[in-house]
Parts: sequence; C-alpha cells; structure tokens
Amino acid sequence: MITLTVNGVPHQVDAAPDTPLLYALRNDLGLNGAKFGCGLGQCGACTVLVDDKPAFSCLLPIAALAERKVRTIESLGTREKPGALPAAFEAEQAAQCGYCIAGMIMRAQALLERTTRPTEAELRAHMAPNLCRCGTHMRVLRAVRRAAIAMGGGVRNDAEDAL
Amino acid sequence: MHVGNCAGCHTAQGGRPFAGGRPLETPFGTVFATNITPDPETGIGRWSRKAFVRALREGVALNGDLLYPAFPYDHFTRASDSDIDALYAFLMTRPAVQARAPTNRLKEPFGFRPLVAGWNLLFLRKGPLVDDPGQSADWNRGRALAEGLAHCGGCHTPRNELGAERSDHAYDGAWTEGWYAPPLNAASPAVRPWTAEDLFAYLGTGLSATHTAAAGPMASVTRGLAQASEDDVRALAVYFASLMAHAPAAQGPPPADRGNVADAAHPEAAALFAGACATCHGPGAPMMQEGRPSLAWGTALHEGTPNDTIQVIMHGLAPPAGRSGPTMPAYGDSFSDRQLAQITAYLRARFTDKPPWPDVPGAVARVRKGGSE
Repeated sequence: MITLTVNGVPHQVDAAPDTPLLYALRNDLGLNGAKFGCGLGQCGACTVLVDDKPAFSCLLPIAALAERKVRTIESLGTREKPGALPAAFEAEQAAQCGYCIAGMIMRAQALLERTTRPTEAELRAHMAPNLCRCGTHMRVLRAVRRAAIAMGGGVRNDAEDAL
Repeated sequence: MHVGNCAGCHTAQGGRPFAGGRPLETPFGTVFATNITPDPETGIGRWSRKAFVRALREGVALNGDLLYPAFPYDHFTRASDSDIDALYAFLMTRPAVQARAPTNRLKEPFGFRPLVAGWNLLFLRKGPLVDDPGQSADWNRGRALAEGLAHCGGCHTPRNELGAERSDHAYDGAWTEGWYAPPLNAASPAVRPWTAEDLFAYLGTGLSATHTAAAGPMASVTRGLAQASEDDVRALAVYFASLMAHAPAAQGPPPADRGNVADAAHPEAAALFAGACATCHGPGAPMMQEGRPSLAWGTALHEGTPNDTIQVIMHGLAPPAGRSGPTMPAYGDSFSDRQLAQITAYLRARFTDKPPWPDVPGAVARVRKGGSE
C-alpha cells in the first residue's frame, strides 16, 4: 500500500510502485479530471500539481510521491462555485473539445500562485509544454489573463520585446 | 554564419536575432554579447569590411578597444578571407536592431581592457591555417572550419588559468556553461567509434541513431549546422572522425542492457525508471522502434562525470518554439534530488559496464544550483 495525499486528503492506494500517478488518480481515486493524452509527457493533458509545481502525472510513478502533496483540477472549486481559473476558462469559452483543459488550468494555476503579475513572455513560456489539438491556445491565454486580473493582478504586456 | 553559431551567443533568450545582450559566465566575470546587427549606434552599422576583418583576425573593435577573448577571435583569425567576407555580407544585411548590451561585470583587474594585449601576445596566433597536402580536401576544409569559424575548441578544449585554450590538450573535453563537452579525440567516451557518416547525421540533425541526442549548448550548435551547407557539415564530420579514429571504444563489445543486475542493486530507482522513463527508453518502447539510440549508446552515461546525464533528466530536451528536434520532458520538478541521484546511478549501472560515479548526490545539488564542477 502506498499513501497518496491528493487535494489535502490522504489515501491508501493498493498499486505497484511504478504505477503512474495518473492511473492511480483515475482508476483508484475516481478523480477523472486529469486526462491520458500521449503517455509520453509531450501534450500536458495529464498535468497536475506536485508540491505546487506542474508535473506530467502520466510519467510520475507513485513511488516517487511519498510525502508530497498532489493537487488536481477537482481542488479548484465546484460546478456551482468555480475557482478563478475554471471561471475564466468558461467565460472565454477556451474549451473546444475540452480534453486538454484540466491540464491547461493546472499549469496556469501553478503560474498564478507564484505571481498574479507575470509578463506576457513568462505566461507563454510557462504554458508552452501544454498542447491543444483543437488550437484554442489564444483563448487559453486570454482565459489566464482574465483569471490573473480576477485574482488582483494582470499579465504585463511585453509581447513586443519578447518576440 | 550557421557554422559559427554566432546567434548562440549574440542572441539573448527571447531576444531579436544577433542583437546581443546574452550573458556569458566566465571565471573572470560576466561578459555580455554585443549587438552585431547593422544598427549604426548600438550595432556594427558603421563598421567597414576592414574593421570587421580586424575584429575577427586580431580582436580589435572599431574604436580600437581590445575585445575580450570570450569573443573567439583566437579561432576566427584562422577563418579564410572568403568566409569572413561572406559573414560580413550576411550580418550587414540583417535587420538593424537598436539594443545596447549591458555593461560587463568583470572581477578586478579584468575590467581593464589593455590587459588583453598581454593575453594576445601569449596566446593569439594570427592568420589562416595552411592546408595539409597529405589530407583530403574535405579534411582540410573541415579543419579550417573547426579551428576557425565553428570554434569547436571553445567548448571542447580545456582552458588554462588565463582562459586560453590549451593547445597541448586540444579537444580533450572541457567544462562549459554547466555542461561537460566530451573529448573529440582519441579520448572520446563514445561507445561506438564515430564515423564520418554518423557525425554528418548528428551534426546536421542533432541526433545520431547510434550515439546520442545533442543537448545543452551543443543543441544550438546542431540547429545552426542544420542550416549550413551540407558540404561544410560533411567536411567537419570527416575532420572529427579522423581525430577520433583511435578512440578505444572501437574495440569494446556492443553495450548490453543489464536490467536484472541494476534492478537488484537499485530497487527504488528501478520502479522510478519503469514508471517515468521506460515508456520511451525501455526495450520495445515505440520510440525505440523509431530508430532512436538506446540509452546504452548514450555518450553522457559513459563520461567520467554524471553532470550531463543529470542536466538532461532535470531540464529535459526542448527545441525552441517552432523548431523541431529531440524532445524530452524535464523531471526537475517531478523528482526530488535524492530520486534524481538514484535514477542517475541506476542508469549508469544498467546501461554501461563502467564503475559507479562517485558522489552523484553532490553532482545533482550542483546542477540544481545551476553550476557544474
């Protein structure tokens, strides 16, 4: 048995130590927000936070977690009371098929927890590992900017010197 | 231009091409690359062809200042006249960008430029190389490029206390920007001998099916060479294959995957490898069916230091936006330092027949801090 602390709650998981965190979240804990995309750490659909930093849960064996705190999209509010980022993604209609969105939101969450006033270049570099096959990246960026404002900050526009 | 990878130093992260501003850490302090776009105020817009040639051959700026040898004029002096002319024509037709490089931050007394005159007296050997009639045209062209514009020794040759390359240790391998640039001579740690064909593929694509993927500063070098003329890349390949022809690797047996031995010795790391790495690097993984090199071929695992292996695991491989190239996720945030050290030791045990590296946790801590040995 391995203990996983997910969204503040400790769980006992009966799985092999090399089981990817993503499988434990979905199959053992019923947390289906994080998605299996490529299984290779190339798309970001499985992104969750581990000790406040984004990680690909498809490539993170549960043996590596021990005392570390895992957070998933399920920790960012409810359908009725969504957190700042889920609300902003909805307002900007950033989801098309929606498969990448839980990962996008968790990666953005890590950024906005570190700073609510990132520069545009920081925002783009930070979000770069997560891909959307529908091509909603511009809406995703708009949603993160909106959330940053809602959280009392805002993305500083330096796109011109960054390019 | 692409052979010399000027943009590698003269373009800042996220900055405009050739507009400078990128810091280079040296033992003498931080030097900022200058703007080499044709902007008249902040770049080289007022530089005549003659002034440009003097900078490359003698290390003297338009205003007479002695340039610091962070700018590799000790190599560029070896370039042919026609290559320097082509470089001048190329740079003078780039878009001008107004950008002033930050002031260098050098330790005392190195901020005093005239000191460089002494350095030049000791270490600068001016002028192009004379062709060796006993070698092929490709070899001679390759040597002229390698010793000249491509300045390969800038990273791969160790330097003395004054920062000059030690010509008696040419291509012996050296530390640069947090990476160990491996030897390019008979001391090459490559598991298989590098052939000219292997090198041609590696230099032009950043990937060799029987060696490794280019990483760290070398990734940017291969991205430059991908745009250079194929003849020039082939010439470099011929030259370096000849330097490495006597590496002992050639005699060894092909490397084996010693999974059982390594799993028994490092059970915790074996689980981490199975969950994090095997999807791509395990036997039979889809990537391995695509002709990617087995970890057993990976030169970094066979080097005397774990530094480069740790660099790749911690920071991954990522081509810049819009470019293609070998890709690997970064594991620096996924794993603790202890786990990174465990995996590093496990890779060495599983994919090489070399003795374990000493003090892997210390090396992990150094890479985490952004330094090297």
